[in-house]
Amino acid sequence: MTAPRDKLGRPVVVVTGMGITTSLGAGKADNWSKLVAGESGIRTITRFPIDGLKTTMAGTVDFVSVDPFSSTGLSERMAELVTQEALEQAGIGAKGDFPGPLFLAVAPVEVEWPQRRELGRAVGKADFNYDDLLRISGGGKYNAYHHRFMFGSVAAHLAETFGTKGSPISLSTACASGATSIQLGVEAIRRGETDAALCVATDGTVNPEALVRFSLLSALSTQNDPPQAASRPFSKNRDGFVMAEGAGALVLESYEAATARGAKILGVIAGCGELTDSFHRTRSSPDGKPIIGCMNKTLADAGMTPDQIDHINAHGTATPENDKMEFNTTSAVFGDLAQKIPVTSNKSMVGHTISAAGAVEAIFSLLTLEHQRIPPTINYETPDPTILFNVVGNKARDARVTAVMSNSFGFGGQNASLILTREPA
Amino acid sequence: MTDTASKPGQTEVWITGIGLATSLGEGLDANWAALAEKRINVDEKGFAPFIVHPLLPVSFDSQIPKKGDQRQMEAWQRIGVYAAGLALDSAGIKGNKDILSKIDMVVAAGGGERDLNVDTGVLTAEAKGANAPGFLNERLMSDLRPTLFLAQLSNLLAGNIAIVNGLGGTSRTFMGEEVAGADAARIALSRIASGESDIALVGGSHNGERKDLLVLYEFGDFNLKDKFAPVWARKDHAGFALGSAGAFLVLESKTHAEARGAKPYAKLSSVVTDLARRKQSGDMAATLEKLWGELPKRDGKGAIISGASGAEPATSEERDFLKKHADFPVRATGTMFGHTMETQFPLGIALAALSISRGALFPPNDSTGTEIEMQGAPTQIVVVGAGHWRGEGMALVEAVG
Repeated sequence: MTAPRDKLGRPVVVVTGMGITTSLGAGKADNWSKLVAGESGIRTITRFPIDGLKTTMAGTVDFVSVDPFSSTGLSERMAELVTQEALEQAGIGAKGDFPGPLFLAVAPVEVEWPQRRELGRAVGKADFNYDDLLRISGGGKYNAYHHRFMFGSVAAHLAETFGTKGSPISLSTACASGATSIQLGVEAIRRGETDAALCVATDGTVNPEALVRFSLLSALSTQNDPPQAASRPFSKNRDGFVMAEGAGALVLESYEAATARGAKILGVIAGCGELTDSFHRTRSSPDGKPIIGCMNKTLADAGMTPDQIDHINAHGTATPENDKMEFNTTSAVFGDLAQKIPVTSNKSMVGHTISAAGAVEAIFSLLTLEHQRIPPTINYETPDPTILFNVVGNKARDARVTAVMSNSFGFGGQNASLILTREPA
Repeated sequence: MTDTASKPGQTEVWITGIGLATSLGEGLDANWAALAEKRINVDEKGFAPFIVHPLLPVSFDSQIPKKGDQRQMEAWQRIGVYAAGLALDSAGIKGNKDILSKIDMVVAAGGGERDLNVDTGVLTAEAKGANAPGFLNERLMSDLRPTLFLAQLSNLLAGNIAIVNGLGGTSRTFMGEEVAGADAARIALSRIASGESDIALVGGSHNGERKDLLVLYEFGDFNLKDKFAPVWARKDHAGFALGSAGAFLVLESKTHAEARGAKPYAKLSSVVTDLARRKQSGDMAATLEKLWGELPKRDGKGAIISGASGAEPATSEERDFLKKHADFPVRATGTMFGHTMETQFPLGIALAALSISRGALFPPNDSTGTEIEMQGAPTQIVVVGAGHWRGEGMALVEAVG
């Protein structure tokens, strides 16, 4: 029996339900078996023409259908699926009546090309300007597009479907969004505002313009052939991340509430930390101080020391800068342990699920704790000699894992880390 | 790390900084003077038939000294970074590295403007027969400015504020139109009240002079057309006039403010939010009434600052709610500032704090009698923010002491 409060006197926050969808498949069982088998979900894009693109592969979720298609619609549908899975596992509340708030990490929403093209065709002439588009936008014909492309639309839909309480929060902290959604849930429970929170992160934005945007920032891998080998975290020949889609949902509860209703506890969110980097829009401060500070804050929040962390689920995007920076900052925090603690990057297989990554990887971390088996970092053929992580290369590894640090770093100086543990003895 | 086991609401939270850049001007004096003179700045021609409240031009250099930084931003971000800088100035913490290195940010943001030339270029070429499979890809690869993406990303408003001012605490960006502004204030308030945070920068910014936004809202027939009228007088000619504005607040625990000798404009006592289902008439008004009941007891000299937009049916529902509290003088910010979406709620809190600190509510600006004169100094102002489509929020701003 654990104390219901942590060392700082706050309610202990546990996970009682999880749901996941990635390019590997739907659900925890399918994802986990493929993840530990070292399968890649990265494939050549078939959703739209790839002519003229430098990067032609991604971790798309093609098995979830949405009609009419939009990236926001796909994000919404995936979020719905993973939430259903998480709620079934948690067995909390009643159908359509979740007893707590929703924190949703979601990609920024905007009108997309299929809808813009529909509008362009509706103008009915070959020479036109934006005013012509504006003139035909009203009258109710495109009313559904207003709703679809509101930033709050996905959260409103989930809140209405699952009956979460209060105003659902839609958030973006770029590639750290998934971790932030969990952090907001943890904080709400620790403050005593709620006994439960639903934290969901989703991203279905593999579309031509999103791909071009990252491409123009030279952030994406262009090792298109074979696509499965494109994402190479910690390798010398890594050349960028691979865009991917996916979603993750976690039901968080106070330990007290979870045990009171006899729920199975899947893990503990022992610590959360966040620290802003004001150095540059897309690059980390060269001294790594904000990331170091973020990891240290997370350890302090968990009341733990570096030697208590026995696995790191890295941000590991496979961009040249990120992986190097992650090793350097981890070394600053963990000292020699940075070369001993087993490290892995799920992105080698599922790609970078952007807004969803923090939650997707938190779930993989919790599954690692459950199975006592660390999924591999695939495509680890030519280690970068300057990155001296103990990388779980290519093959899954059985290990005693009691506490995992999961890191997320994003554009706009967003750094967030989580520490996940098993149910404390 | 502070003990967060204490009950929320134990620590008083003060508003110690306000930054405003709006269609009425920049800074507190200019906005207050315009409100007193019932001045309204609308552009009825530039986007005709649509009406917008354009930003009264500011010199961005004073808050964003590096031209390189300005070039990396689109207008909505420049407006926000500018207003955030004014808020830090107003709180007396600009350049204070100790405080700025730990200040927490909660920003309410939409997204950035599109490059209209690129969009229309693609669409007209397609209308003229360009239909090769990779046409869109090739045009986007060659025509999009590489850094435009960063000017569009929602969380890059916060990112730019951090870069320009050297902020190093936490940074969270909430999206979701109007109620995102209320939730930003709610989360920042509860974090400070519980001891998780000592000081926070909260707010948002909006560029209303955007045809891509007009298209989005025109899909739902929400834009005000042809003729300007005060928000309450639009019932038969409904719609909102988009407004450009940045509104930021520095929220601070009383202890933290007192320790550095900072003076409060007012205190932020409570922020509550909800999501009415809005399936049938009366749902939204009922939710507003519920939120009203959740606010702490009010026995002072009260007033209401509403973010009603003029869009229907939301504005009529809000009017029904207000009728039940007709003894409270009401002011609609939408009439004077336009509808600034994510920014409307922080703007409402800012004006409430300003009114309390100046000892008067600004005068009514309304032809329907919904807004009545107020004598004497308000001590409690309720800020109401109901979204044009979804989301409801309410805050209580009170005089300190």
